[in-house]
Amino acid sequence: MAIYFDYNATTPLDPRVLEAMLPYLSGPYGNASSVHRYGRAARDAIEAARVQVAALAGAQPSELTWTSGATESNNLALKGLPEGLAGGRVPGRVLYGATEHPAVLEAAESLRAHGWGVETIAMTQDGLIDWQVFEQQVARAPLRVAAVMVANNETGVIQDVPRVARLVHAHGALLHADAVQAAGKIPLAEYWSGAASGADLMSLSAHKLYGPKGVGALLVKSDVELETQLHGGGQERGLRGGTENLAAIVGFGVAAELAAQELEARSHHLRVLRERLEAGLHQLSGITIFGESAPRLPNTSQFGVAGWEGEALLMALDRKGIAVSSGSACASGTGEPSHVLLGMGLARDLAYSAIRVSLGVANTVAEIDRFLGLLGELRLQAAA
Amino acid sequence: MIYLDYAASTPLDERVFEAMLPYLRPDGFHGNPASTHGPGFKARGAVERARAQVAALIGAEASEIIWTSGATESNNLALKGALEFRGMPRAGRAVHVVTSRTEHKCVLDTCRQLETQGVSVTYLKPDAFGIVSPEQVMAAITPNTCLLSLMWVNNEIGVVQDIERLAPSLRERGILFHVDAAQAAGKLKIDLQSVPIDLLSLSAHKIYGPKGAGALFVRRKPRARLAPQMHGGGHEQGMRSGTLATHQIVGMGAAFEVAKADFDADVAHLSGLRDALWSHLQTLVGVHRNGPDGSTGQRTAPHLLNLSFEGVEGEALRASLPEIAVSSGSACSSATAEPSYVLRALGRDDELANASLRFSFGRHTTRADIDTVAAKVIQQVGWLRELSPLWKS
Repeated sequence: MAIYFDYNATTPLDPRVLEAMLPYLSGPYGNASSVHRYGRAARDAIEAARVQVAALAGAQPSELTWTSGATESNNLALKGLPEGLAGGRVPGRVLYGATEHPAVLEAAESLRAHGWGVETIAMTQDGLIDWQVFEQQVARAPLRVAAVMVANNETGVIQDVPRVARLVHAHGALLHADAVQAAGKIPLAEYWSGAASGADLMSLSAHKLYGPKGVGALLVKSDVELETQLHGGGQERGLRGGTENLAAIVGFGVAAELAAQELEARSHHLRVLRERLEAGLHQLSGITIFGESAPRLPNTSQFGVAGWEGEALLMALDRKGIAVSSGSACASGTGEPSHVLLGMGLARDLAYSAIRVSLGVANTVAEIDRFLGLLGELRLQAAA
Repeated sequence: MIYLDYAASTPLDERVFEAMLPYLRPDGFHGNPASTHGPGFKARGAVERARAQVAALIGAEASEIIWTSGATESNNLALKGALEFRGMPRAGRAVHVVTSRTEHKCVLDTCRQLETQGVSVTYLKPDAFGIVSPEQVMAAITPNTCLLSLMWVNNEIGVVQDIERLAPSLRERGILFHVDAAQAAGKLKIDLQSVPIDLLSLSAHKIYGPKGAGALFVRRKPRARLAPQMHGGGHEQGMRSGTLATHQIVGMGAAFEVAKADFDADVAHLSGLRDALWSHLQTLVGVHRNGPDGSTGQRTAPHLLNLSFEGVEGEALRASLPEIAVSSGSACSSATAEPSYVLRALGRDDELANASLRFSFGRHTTRADIDTVAAKVIQQVGWLRELSPLWKS
């Protein structure tokens, strides 16, 4: 039996989510902008889903804008700030974590061409913000926005986002928090609610929490002004043009509602599996678990295996029917070591040896044990 | 309820739905197409098959298809990406774009945004049938012109522009040619091997595929170059980042394959419905067809019929037809009570522009539907005119 240990790359659809989507795929639903009955039915479904997804973060439905996915959300959050791309205005300064997802990193870097000051936020070897450096960095010059993810996609390390929010707010800046990996795995409300300690912008994705690919959301606090990056049609109160992806939005809504209802049960299950995995890893020699002493998502374990390159190990495991990742799916096949691990100051050799196991609701104790057994065999081969 | 709003959105074709299902089922092919393991490779394979299917309908190479979230994104990427790559205006460097007043709202909105960045834009006024003549385009070109954007089939009136004749002249002058083909695919023969367009926007949900999927054709020889507008993992040859939505892409591919296989039957069916409705409604006096009426040799798309009715109020007419889903123009503008800017650009006065209905047909529309709709419209127009101070018979 094949084993899927790559839930941070993407999750399968929850069967209940698929059930909810099916009528909107095969049914007579129209364009949600049309004023006739089919259009209105589509509109109602979209608004119901908006309530469901916003609730995941304790947000108001009016704070939520649909996008095609988290990459678009992260781009809109950073490039949509008015000082961004429109001509003639004063460019700002943006800070982003050295371990951010490529969508945040590249969106922030793209502002450089428009005159923005762009700097990275240094991380400790545990993958946490180096606060001493960060506090000085924030105070050094006027800041427009900081981008810090709630939980890292590779290591699962959870940042103290409320503390980041209080700091950058005290300096008159905004906080964008990529919550794609955190959503559905830990409660999000504390990262969004509250003017001082909550983020001002937050990205969410459906396909990381058993919803469909092709839909995401951006939460925007009501006092934050954003400029659209997709022009046309005037959908989403002018913030994002394009015919709404009806069935996917409905699926996102149901996936978010289920994630909220089942959060405790799911995270307990994941934690039990991850603890068993890491207890097993500790029995093997030459294993380094990244971010182990930091707070982490319950489902994620990234580790280096001495004597292996991560990519080779990934392929060896794949041949045995076990799907893991060597980092972010987005960076797969580039041959470069994980920028996340390098951003934590780890040596290139160690970063090269990394694989990521990210668990999901369907995984079992037997799968963990089979994986550990196989990894042990591969370790022996490497040693021989 | 009779649905005659296929130009706003089509339902999924059953064959498309069947093709998508394995990519939605939890035990199916759910991997991330960017992952380098078994489930990822399977998803990648499906994405690449779909790319070939989309390319085949338009005479392109698979490697020339870039996935997007829909035609709005494709149009945004084409215009902003091409201009950003070629260099935006700055001191001593002017940049000029030519388009028409009857483009889809997302092209016009993108052009207005480019104007705020210093790009100068010429919005050509079409003739009374909606035609933008090649002569008119060539006359608008200046030494600074770097891009023309023109839709192949207009979404409100169905007029077909003479893209085939324009393309070679633009190529000769080194001007990029972007064509919005969201309404054209599956309704017109498109062969990009013989028509030298550089960029072409496509949508899935106008051709019985899913919403949320689109594509941009980006020619490789000579290579059209774009600056990405969505930054991230470097997917889609670096032109468009973001996890690919496998099931939607598979659906788009299947929809394009079906459209290719059924092309002749689809076009015959659609134009038969359009002509039948027009011949029914021509029995009313004071009815005007918006766009080419077929008598002048200009081409019109098979799936659309846009009519203005004298002596009735547009909103009242639509309200009097609650069992028929039609639109007064583009779905994207229907939240606004403004008369259609497309009809205004054709020279229709506010009254006629307002009293318009866009009927658009699809595979599932029957002749019986057309007869029912025609009878209902004739009856309601008659009643509304009796009540109307606007109508002097």
